[in-house]
Amino acid sequence: MKYEKVLTKGIGEVDLTRIENYEAQGGYQALRKALKSMTPAEVHAEVKKANLRGRGGAGFPAGLKWGFLPDDGRPRYLCCNADESEPGTFNNRMLIEYNPHLLIEGILLAAYAVRAARSFIYIRGEFRKGYRVLLDAIEQARAKGYMGDRILGTDFSQEIVVHRGAGAYICGEETGLLSSLEGGRGEPRNKPPFPAVAGLYGMPTVVNNVETLCNVPFIIDRGADWFLSIGTEKSPGTKIFSVSGAVNRPGNYELPLGVTLGELIEVAGGLKPGSKLKAVQPGGASSPVLLPNNLDLPLDFDSVQQAGSILGTAGVMIFDQNVCMVRTALYYADFFSHESCGQCTPCREGTAWTARLLRKIERGEGTPEDIEILKSLRGTMSGTTICLLSDFSITFLQSVLKHFADEFEAHIHGRACLAERPREVRSA
Amino acid sequence: MTAQDPARVNGAQAQPWWERRAEDIDRLIAQYPKPRSALMGLLWMAQEERGWVAPEDMEFIAQRLGVSRAYVESTCSFYSLYHRKPVGRYVITVCGNIMCGLSGAEALIRHFEERLGIKLGETTPDGLFTLLVTGECIAACDGAPAIQINEEYFHKVTPERADQILQALRDGADLVELSERIGLIQPGAVWEAGESA
Repeated sequence: MKYEKVLTKGIGEVDLTRIENYEAQGGYQALRKALKSMTPAEVHAEVKKANLRGRGGAGFPAGLKWGFLPDDGRPRYLCCNADESEPGTFNNRMLIEYNPHLLIEGILLAAYAVRAARSFIYIRGEFRKGYRVLLDAIEQARAKGYMGDRILGTDFSQEIVVHRGAGAYICGEETGLLSSLEGGRGEPRNKPPFPAVAGLYGMPTVVNNVETLCNVPFIIDRGADWFLSIGTEKSPGTKIFSVSGAVNRPGNYELPLGVTLGELIEVAGGLKPGSKLKAVQPGGASSPVLLPNNLDLPLDFDSVQQAGSILGTAGVMIFDQNVCMVRTALYYADFFSHESCGQCTPCREGTAWTARLLRKIERGEGTPEDIEILKSLRGTMSGTTICLLSDFSITFLQSVLKHFADEFEAHIHGRACLAERPREVRSA
Repeated sequence: MTAQDPARVNGAQAQPWWERRAEDIDRLIAQYPKPRSALMGLLWMAQEERGWVAPEDMEFIAQRLGVSRAYVESTCSFYSLYHRKPVGRYVITVCGNIMCGLSGAEALIRHFEERLGIKLGETTPDGLFTLLVTGECIAACDGAPAIQINEEYFHKVTPERADQILQALRDGADLVELSERIGLIQPGAVWEAGESA
């Protein structure tokens, strides 16, 4: 399959953490072009025209998001969400560690477009290497005049502050991120007001994902029409798919949005010898399963949604016959229970009880009533909390209760597991 | 210990880190439109200096930022990477999320327990290693099973590689250099099980 690498061009071949190598392949030309020949409104308009949909999970168009900032004279802030913590997702980490200048250029362009007073990168605490790489890259950019006061001799000035998280999944939720950035517990806030109106310190704030911002330099450099020529009509551009599980070459693959699930698995080296495809999660822990009959499904925001799942972060997890779906659901239940911030009762209690019931079933001690309780969770845990963690904690579970009911029944009635190698730990 | 003079708790001989790093602290706070945003950075600084966040560190941070001690503690306890009690020099954290779990994380934990002679959550008597597991995916699923040691990555940690890493650290290897040399998978590269770089 032939495709042009955009965001990942040069990664693994040249050391793009060195600014001269990044410049040699066209880096910082978009910033130069924007500052010298475009107004902030023109930069914004180009991104809006490109229909750049947010890569962090929701797929909301970045250009629209930028447009929600009220023009009322208050300082505005730009936050880059680099708290990548969605299970199965590791593309932001690669971009940060191996192509930091692309992110910095994207942030500078976005800050210019929205006229941000200051920009922040909220990077998860586990990314200590990424933190070091970014601090170093920022100083390299400053030495070349791309950062700080009067960038490239223009009136545009900008500082990027790199803020380290410290281990909390919920800080990837944009209002949890803002609470954390303000120096507090990473507790999400009610929306509305949305961050665009009352975000960081109550000021108008844009929060964009790493990969979203990394697309901006190319849109400015090559134009929205070029961007729209890649991918599908409603999901333009490329996406870095993080593929893991039962494939020969797990890793990050940048492909046009709309690539089919089967094509993606082929690019990732095909299924491992002896592996039979059982289920796929296309976008992280909360994405409902896709089944082997979905191999022709185009992986773009709308097609995946129509198939009953979500593209999410494009953390694509490939499960084969050795994976027990009851146990997988238990992994996630434990995870969500641990990561619930505890503010809302349905989530704090619901995630813990879900894990308890699943543990009971997994051990062969469950009852048919437990299944009925699990099936009824949507009524109590969806739409009843401040953020979506509660909702998302049960979406995968609901899908496997439906598609793999036999596995749950086997655990309950047969006190057995239908996965071919239950509980055995594979040596990779 | 007095609330008014947090520096005294470190004893007369040792200058507290917040005096030694006063300029770093000022610089950190100045980055933010509001000083309270520096709270997490100050907790990180305390942990860098002491290996964990001690009560006197929280007292200092509260005073420096003009917030209550309870506020600092409440924030600190929200985040799993801050250690609120002493830990070993090297904190080994095994990823226990789905992909690493399917690739042998449980066996790896048992291997570490056996080699180090400790249980999960414990520290070796020589103070060198603490063993933890995290439920948070550490974004290394292509290198499962993966671990972090003081937030430095090691991918594809087979029992043999685990032994290699422990030995290197016992022999005084530099952690960051070790991670760069044998820990990481370069993008585009494919590692076979047991292969070392």
